[in-house]
Amino acid sequence: MAFTLADLLPGESGVLAELDLSPDDAGRLMELGFLPGARVRAVRAAPGGDPRVFRVDGAEVALRRETARFLILRAAPP
Amino acid sequence: MSGCHDCALVQRAVAPGSGREPVRVALVGPPNAGKSTLFNELTGLRQRVANYPGVTVEHRVGRVSLGPGTNVDVIDLPGSYSLQPRSDDERLTDDVLHGRCPGVPRPDAVLLVLDVTNLGRHLVLAAPVLALGLPTLVVLNLADDLERRGGAVDTTALARRLGAPVVLASAKTRRGLDTVRAFLAGRFAVPLPTELPLVRNIPACRLWAGRIADESAYRPPAPPLWTRRLDALFLHPWAGPLVFVTVLLAVFQGMFAVAAPLSDGLESVLTGAGRRAGALLPAGALRDLLLQGAWAGVASVVVFLPQILVLFLFIGVLEDSGYLARAALIADRTMARIGLQGKSFIPLLSAYACAVPAVLATRTIENRRDRLATILVAPFMTCAARLPVYTLIIAAFLPNTPLLGPAFGLRAAALVGLYLLGFAAAVGTARLLKSTILKSERTPFVLELPPYRLPTLRSLGLRLVDRGKAFLMRAGTVILAVSVGVWLLSHVPRVGGSAPDLPHSVAGTVGRAIEPAIRPLGFDWKIGVGLVTSLAAREVIVGTLGTIHGIAGDESSVGLQRALRHDLAPGGAVALLVFFAFAMQCVATLAVVRRETGGWKYPILQFSYMLALAYGGALLANRVVTALL
Repeated sequence: MAFTLADLLPGESGVLAELDLSPDDAGRLMELGFLPGARVRAVRAAPGGDPRVFRVDGAEVALRRETARFLILRAAPP
Repeated sequence: MSGCHDCALVQRAVAPGSGREPVRVALVGPPNAGKSTLFNELTGLRQRVANYPGVTVEHRVGRVSLGPGTNVDVIDLPGSYSLQPRSDDERLTDDVLHGRCPGVPRPDAVLLVLDVTNLGRHLVLAAPVLALGLPTLVVLNLADDLERRGGAVDTTALARRLGAPVVLASAKTRRGLDTVRAFLAGRFAVPLPTELPLVRNIPACRLWAGRIADESAYRPPAPPLWTRRLDALFLHPWAGPLVFVTVLLAVFQGMFAVAAPLSDGLESVLTGAGRRAGALLPAGALRDLLLQGAWAGVASVVVFLPQILVLFLFIGVLEDSGYLARAALIADRTMARIGLQGKSFIPLLSAYACAVPAVLATRTIENRRDRLATILVAPFMTCAARLPVYTLIIAAFLPNTPLLGPAFGLRAAALVGLYLLGFAAAVGTARLLKSTILKSERTPFVLELPPYRLPTLRSLGLRLVDRGKAFLMRAGTVILAVSVGVWLLSHVPRVGGSAPDLPHSVAGTVGRAIEPAIRPLGFDWKIGVGLVTSLAAREVIVGTLGTIHGIAGDESSVGLQRALRHDLAPGGAVALLVFFAFAMQCVATLAVVRRETGGWKYPILQFSYMLALAYGGALLANRVVTALL
């Protein structure tokens, strides 16, 4: 099981490995800073738990879980 | 303060106006970078601005006068992160810049507006823009914000790296505007050749942008602490929704507690003015036309100006502060459940003001079926034009009994109920559409949360003036015309040289002709006349009833309330509210839906569906209320 953005708890961060989305959808996210190699921090969740707010490249961006689970993180160092 | 570092860069200069007149300069930048604010400051126009991405969805041209005989046309464009269009608003920007937009010649130069508090990410757009080869001035907006939070950038170094002049600016406080005007008035220099990344490759562009920012000694500002603190409250699991509901209830109460007394004051002024003017005019048909027709009709709508202003003050604070994006986040779960994406929520929220800009705002939605569904349900949201109708009927039929202490009364509760009813109709319809004819793949929900900004009194004031003007304009045009028309039709055909009894006039005959159809809803022929005229715009019914009852000799709206109590049973009153909550009585919205969907199919579908729902809902409401009482 790949480790994805959806698995991050609030306060945790990780480094993006790849975006497992269509080129259009991936492009839109990359414009907002979700690039392979970028560090992404989970900040908080909307009331009710979804969507969640991520801090990436100097901005805060909200994603639904259904999208976040396709943003795959690099394996955490052992 | 940093100036424009273009001295060494002027090469292959083009004098403004060489070729064709006037010179056209496009405003390009990522969403929410402040292009429209700059546009407004340069041109003196009032393009809609707010603190969230995607406010501008159309191009707008404004003329900047730079001295006698020197004019430049500035084109405001929808925001784009990388000039790779994915939605209709971004496609427009791309088309204009490449000269592919019919009727809009290719611009001669570009003002590239970037948010300097996030330079690394925003510089990504500089690559495709510079690659256009047009003379470009890079405007680093929000410079005040950058410096307040301890950030810095070397604009000379940045200009050298980009091969184009750079200026630190703050559109809101007019900082840097002189340099922008000097650029517009001066000679446009084509950007010096610099090494640009492949503009279609976003990771490469981001690496390039990061390197340029580093080489320009860019120090990012400290994180916006207040934004984080406020989000900790506004997005708190239970405090967040609680704050949202409290604010909402306060606004509805404000409609009655604050706006209603002002409304009453305005009304006595207007009635007094009408009476005094009447005393000056000779008695006769002309005086009756002016007083009972025109004045009674227009005044009965104008008295709702305070309610309209309270609503737009609230909307202004929500939009300018950045809270709207958080509200969209809170509501996203509901939107997901009905099959719509969170992006649909911002157009739907702006439909609380008016459905016309809401339909335009759907251009930011990439998925065509989602966009259509949002367009089709937007008119169910309670727009400002319904407010006069609602408050009139509520005030006529409900006492202002306190519910939650004196702070929240029965009338405000009824108004909340009507807003919820409209929202429920929108949600139900969206669900129906998304599970049948507009089923589609989900596109990812992506919402950038802008930092909170304190709304300025100036911006709020301008907004209120604009909206107040628009409201009065409608009263002075559409409502005036309909009121005069209704008065005239109430006075023909003449019987034995004098006006007929109201029920036997042309207006009365029309009303009585449709009466059998609306009788089951609890409406009489007078309401029928109002329903016919309100097809033009919802608030017209208030003016029409004002005119009809003005003829009956009662001009004031307290008189109108009394007259309504006489004409309508409680069941009919509730039915009328439900009818207005659901029916599509707005020519302007139908026209914009036709334009945006490219045909009559959807506006006709929308009109019929909403009318059927309105009729059915009103029928049910009348039956239920009559049976209960």
